[in-house]
Amino acid sequence: MTIAISEQVPRTVHGFDYTRVVLYGFALALVLLIVLPMSWLVYYAFSSPSGGITLSNFTRLFSESTFIDPLITTFVLATSTSVICCIVAAPMGWLVARTDMPLRRTTRLMVTASFVTPPFLGAIAWELLAAPNSGLINQAYRVLTGAPADDHLFNIYSFAGLTFVIACYTFPYVFVLVANALDRTPGDLEDASSILGGSAWDTARRVTIPLAMPAVLAGALVAFLQAMTLFGSPAILALPAGFHTMTTKIWSLFQYPPKPELAAAAALPLLILTVLLLRAEHMILGRRGYAVLGGKNSDPRIVPLGVLRWPAVLLCFGILLCPVFLPYGALFNAAFSRIASQVISINNFTFHNIYFVFFELSATKLAFYNTFVLGIATATLGTILALVISYLTTRQAVAGHRVLGFLATAPVAIPGIVLGVGLFLSYTRPPFVLYGTLWILLLAFLTLSLPAAYQQMQSAFRSIHPELEDASRILGATRLRALREITAPLLRTSVIATWCFVFVGTIRELSAAIMLFTSETKVISVLIFDLNESGDLAAISVLGIIMLIITFGIVALANRLRIGGGPVRLRNY
Amino acid sequence: MKTTFTRRGVLKAGTALAASTVFAEPIRAAAPPAEAVTPALIEAAKKEGKVVHYTSVDLPLAEKVAKAFEAKYPGIAVRVERTGAERVFSRIAQERSSNIHACDVVQSSDAAHFVVWKREGVLAPYVPEDVAKHYPPEHKDPDGLFASYRVYLCVMARNTDLVKAEDAPKGFRDLLDPKWAGKIVKAHPGYSGTILTATYQTARDVGWDYYEKLAGQKVMQVQSASDPPKKLALGERSIMADGIEYGVFQLKETGKPVDVIYPVEGSPLIVGPNGILKSAPNPNAARLLQSFMLSAECQQFNVDLGGLRTAHALVKDKAGRKPLSEIKVMKDDAAAVEKESEQIKARYTQYFKV
Repeated sequence: MTIAISEQVPRTVHGFDYTRVVLYGFALALVLLIVLPMSWLVYYAFSSPSGGITLSNFTRLFSESTFIDPLITTFVLATSTSVICCIVAAPMGWLVARTDMPLRRTTRLMVTASFVTPPFLGAIAWELLAAPNSGLINQAYRVLTGAPADDHLFNIYSFAGLTFVIACYTFPYVFVLVANALDRTPGDLEDASSILGGSAWDTARRVTIPLAMPAVLAGALVAFLQAMTLFGSPAILALPAGFHTMTTKIWSLFQYPPKPELAAAAALPLLILTVLLLRAEHMILGRRGYAVLGGKNSDPRIVPLGVLRWPAVLLCFGILLCPVFLPYGALFNAAFSRIASQVISINNFTFHNIYFVFFELSATKLAFYNTFVLGIATATLGTILALVISYLTTRQAVAGHRVLGFLATAPVAIPGIVLGVGLFLSYTRPPFVLYGTLWILLLAFLTLSLPAAYQQMQSAFRSIHPELEDASRILGATRLRALREITAPLLRTSVIATWCFVFVGTIRELSAAIMLFTSETKVISVLIFDLNESGDLAAISVLGIIMLIITFGIVALANRLRIGGGPVRLRNY
Repeated sequence: MKTTFTRRGVLKAGTALAASTVFAEPIRAAAPPAEAVTPALIEAAKKEGKVVHYTSVDLPLAEKVAKAFEAKYPGIAVRVERTGAERVFSRIAQERSSNIHACDVVQSSDAAHFVVWKREGVLAPYVPEDVAKHYPPEHKDPDGLFASYRVYLCVMARNTDLVKAEDAPKGFRDLLDPKWAGKIVKAHPGYSGTILTATYQTARDVGWDYYEKLAGQKVMQVQSASDPPKKLALGERSIMADGIEYGVFQLKETGKPVDVIYPVEGSPLIVGPNGILKSAPNPNAARLLQSFMLSAECQQFNVDLGGLRTAHALVKDKAGRKPLSEIKVMKDDAAAVEKESEQIKARYTQYFKV
């Protein structure tokens, strides 16, 4: 006690608040994280290989068909993905949030499963399922209908196939937005409609749908963005079919001899479009305010489906076949089959693939090590960063907190591959040569995960009343001490949940990692991508399943923590 | 550092310049003396404890060779870093420019890379005993910087369940028949050194118009030259327009329904040299691995299990495979590939869109 007091005294005398230092420190870190790579990106986009400022990169970009075609393809791809996602996810969101459909919880859980499945893994699984000749579904189709040997039901190596696979792993974004919006919207307006004599259909058409519309639109934009900036799925499915999207084109520009100037120029439109779309999403979601103006007055109305209850379940699970059940089944099959395109039987069952991955493949150990180190480091640093920044912004602790908040959210507008290019250009040259180390990947993953982590931590902070901190401050603690001893323990579960969320997001990242890895810093996602290029599907299946097991373990942990008694009370406090 | 010009140094540089082809005339200017594997070398390699091998050999085979090395020299772990030869090449260029030295021994299926690396002084001279004694001059560098680790053909092939021998295409031009549209798989010269080399030879001997027309056949475009045989075995496509012969052998000999087609126009010859990098972080383990890989033991292993061919004089062909002497083979020309590499990739992309 005496020791504690004697430590206290000089601090009070100097009256120095370390917050300012922290603020500048974090602001500087964020600027380095975001502004530096983006500046190099812009610089390169406007420079010629021989040096000097030029617009020729953009002239080429918008005049040569090798660039215009991918641009158009990407646009059509993103639009159609977005439309499909809305058509599928909006009704599903409504069924889960507003009806008495059985198995609603399971449905939500399965959507979460498709949400956390790495899209590139889904794409490879769909190769196993719907490659025109060897795909399991097409084989089954031929067996069942007696169709000739070269006939097929689906061809995954096509524009339609690519759109389908991307939609499989993008619809959860729309689903979550719609389901959450419907969860939160009070039933009063719908009640009013029914009381005034509106039929169920009228109520849906004139009340529920308009209320959900902003969420659907926002979802459509998010889906568009996802499809536009995805790298893995197009690289796996579009290249065999003979076409490029913007992301694969940017990536191919780094093949020997690398053309970083063109790549930077090609990345800029993606960046600008993302910023614009996110602005649009913000405006749309901002307008939704009127929908919840009444507050949570009554529980949402549950629509009885009657005889349609089980058909609705069938519909949901039919949809979930595509992102979850079928691909997982195909991966399991390939992991234990001698030939990936054959269904497991006594004749071709094997453990060799597992043996190969763990005992013969010499890249496995290092890739797992790198992935775990990066996952843990990113999750830890990202959570701390998000924690401190959201404290500074929600408590408006210092002047300039808005800038911090903006910087922490800004990376949301940077597609992974664009960030990858930016970091590559920034850190392969002096003074900061980070290329070849795990640091450059850490920077990438940290930047990419910061916005989501920040949003989570911010909402957690908002749920804790500042009076506890005030009390601590009145009793003489500095801000940092109050944060450490009062707020931090209260936030523990949110912090762990955020940590898990960032970890899961990090171990599946491919688009930035593919630009930044070296042989010493390979991660599992890159290893899987490598194996796909040489056609080693069985090894991919084994690695993919391990990746899914880790992911689900972490997600289950996070869910347990959220559902447990503690955090719920804390949020209601 | 001060540079002194010795007569020998100048001569050496002059030789390197003059030797614009990989396997130049045996000028024998500066090849270091052959070195046997000594206990001292093994001891030094064990101290280093590991060796990193960049390669474009089909992954399972490359890992098997690595395991054989580890079994012979316990305590030295081999990390195999496998990707397409063209990727290996750009990776090494990128790592060099960022001052990263990770790779010890490099293997490429595009012999032209060794022309570049030799010119840029990337390689360290080292002549294993076997190379000095049993490798013909056209399969070793006169300056002792590299030697041919593997020789094989880039071939066509068919899935034997889907295409009968008598219906199979006989040569490249047959693939342009509309009946093969949508049934062909082929690999990419921007990724694979095998395919880049083969594209050069095929375009030279058959003509670029072949590729231009092939692009209209709804070809399944994969990346690695080791992937098309696997796609045939899966039954995903019935004809392979190009890919590794040794991959087809491996699959055929384990009972998969695939067989090689040697095109009537000739099969492109692929030579994959091995070399040690000057900046190797584990120089002794690198020498040991280089010695091992070029030894009769490893070469015989490559032939028997891998389906490769060899430049080693003492290694026997495996029965049941057509010997190289009975096959019409195109002529390799690493120097020409080196000059035209960029142009080949660009033209290919122009036709095939990816």
